[in-house]
Parts: sequence; C-alpha cells; structure tokens
Amino acid sequence: MHPLTDAQLVAACREGREEAWNELVERFSRYVYAITQAFRLAPPDADDVFQDVFTRVYERLDTLRSDDALRPWLAQLTRNLCLDRIRRDGREEPTEDLDPGTIDDAVDKLDEAFAVREALGGLSPDCAEILDRFFTRDESYRTIGESLELPSGTIASRISRCLARLRDALEGRIPAPAPSGERVTR
Amino acid sequence: MIYTDEERLAELLRALPPAPTGWVRAAQELPRVRRELDGIVERAEADAHFRAELLADLERALAAAGVEPRRPIVEELRRRLED
Repeated sequence: MHPLTDAQLVAACREGREEAWNELVERFSRYVYAITQAFRLAPPDADDVFQDVFTRVYERLDTLRSDDALRPWLAQLTRNLCLDRIRRDGREEPTEDLDPGTIDDAVDKLDEAFAVREALGGLSPDCAEILDRFFTRDESYRTIGESLELPSGTIASRISRCLARLRDALEGRIPAPAPSGERVTR
Repeated sequence: MIYTDEERLAELLRALPPAPTGWVRAAQELPRVRRELDGIVERAEADAHFRAELLADLERALAAAGVEPRRPIVEELRRRLED
C-alpha cells in the first residue's frame, strides 16, 4: 500500500479527515522542527513556532495554490515565523552564520534529507528502524541490540548493510517511493 | 543524485531528528482543539457570567475542556473572546 501523495494528503485534510491531518503533521514534523533548529531558536520559541506553523497550515490549506507545493510552503512559513520570533524578541538580525544564504543552504540540505527519509520508508521495517535509531535517535549499539533482541556485535554490520540498501533505493536500483507528490495512491 | 558516500547519507539521516513527541501530539490535536474552542466561544457568547469567569482564568477553562493550555491556544481563545 502506497502512502498518500502530498496533494492527496492536502485534499483529505480539506475534507476534514483527521487521520490525514495526523499523517500530515507526522510527515513534516521533523522537517519543520529541523528548520527551527537551523535558526537556533530556544526550545520554548521553537515550540511556539512549530505550533504556529501547523496552526496556519490548518487554517489556510484552502489558500495553497498547488497541493504539491506543501513542503516549500511549510519551509517558507517556518522561516518567516522564525524570523518574526527573532525580531519580536529583540535579537539582532541574523548576520553571519544565520544569514539568508546560510539558511537557504540549511533548508536545501533538509530537502535532501527529506528525500532520504522518504526512501528510508521504502526499506524493510527492520532496516528503517535500525537506521533511524542509530542515526537520528543517537542510540548506541547496545541500546539498539537490547531493544531489537540482537547481539550488539551484529548491529554495526546491520547498519552498514541497511545503509547500502538505502543508497541503492536512492539510486533507483530497488523499488522505493518516489519523491513527495509523485507517489500513486493509498 | 548519486549517493555513493555513506558518510553523506548518514549526515542526511542525522539532519532530521524527531520533533519532541509533545509538540507533534499538540499539532495533531489541532482539529479537536478547534472544536473545543468553538464550543467555549459559543457558550461565552451566550452566557456573560461564563465569559467573565473564562476571561479571569483561560488556562483553567481550557484544562477543564480537556485542552492543554499551550500559549498559542490561550492567546487565540483570548483574541476570539475579545473580538
């Protein structure tokens, strides 16, 4: 069963389907969160921006010109709200490491990372879980081994094998979900 | 795009850590929270005493309605009551 495309997800949210809204938040929560982190907002500010972003999306889904443009819209909305927050708090305008070019680069990298996460979703659940635990949750071999009931000595080789599969998926050697907006139907 | 470099792949995987669970849950609850807010505002419009009590302690009113009184929600309720 294929996941809904972004456009299908938006359409389902407009119909008031709460499970679609849950999926939309789940799909983009890491992305929005990562942008707030690129702006180095303090956790309470990042939380406020995160909630504001999804509130605005919820309120303004009808104004989205192209349903496939959800992710760029989220990126722009999050950036604008982060900048508003920085200005409202009287912080100096970002100049060096937070200048617009740097933020653009950071968002470009997050777009690439998003594609990798989509490919991760096309791997076996075991592979997806082990890579997620190790790389994004920073769990140790021991913790992963205990959780998955595997000897910790085998975790490194599993990670290496799963990374190779992920690489293959991204290069199209094995079936993997297409980028957002190009997938088929649920 | 060719992903021959596993270090780069690992870096991209690390670039999207999970958002805090509570943040995600709060965002997912928006539709329900909206319905609760609509109900609270409707009741406040019909009952001046309830409205006065509400304005005196918005957080408590939200909590009583089963809504976590996060700042944006409290602000929105205040705005809607003062409109």
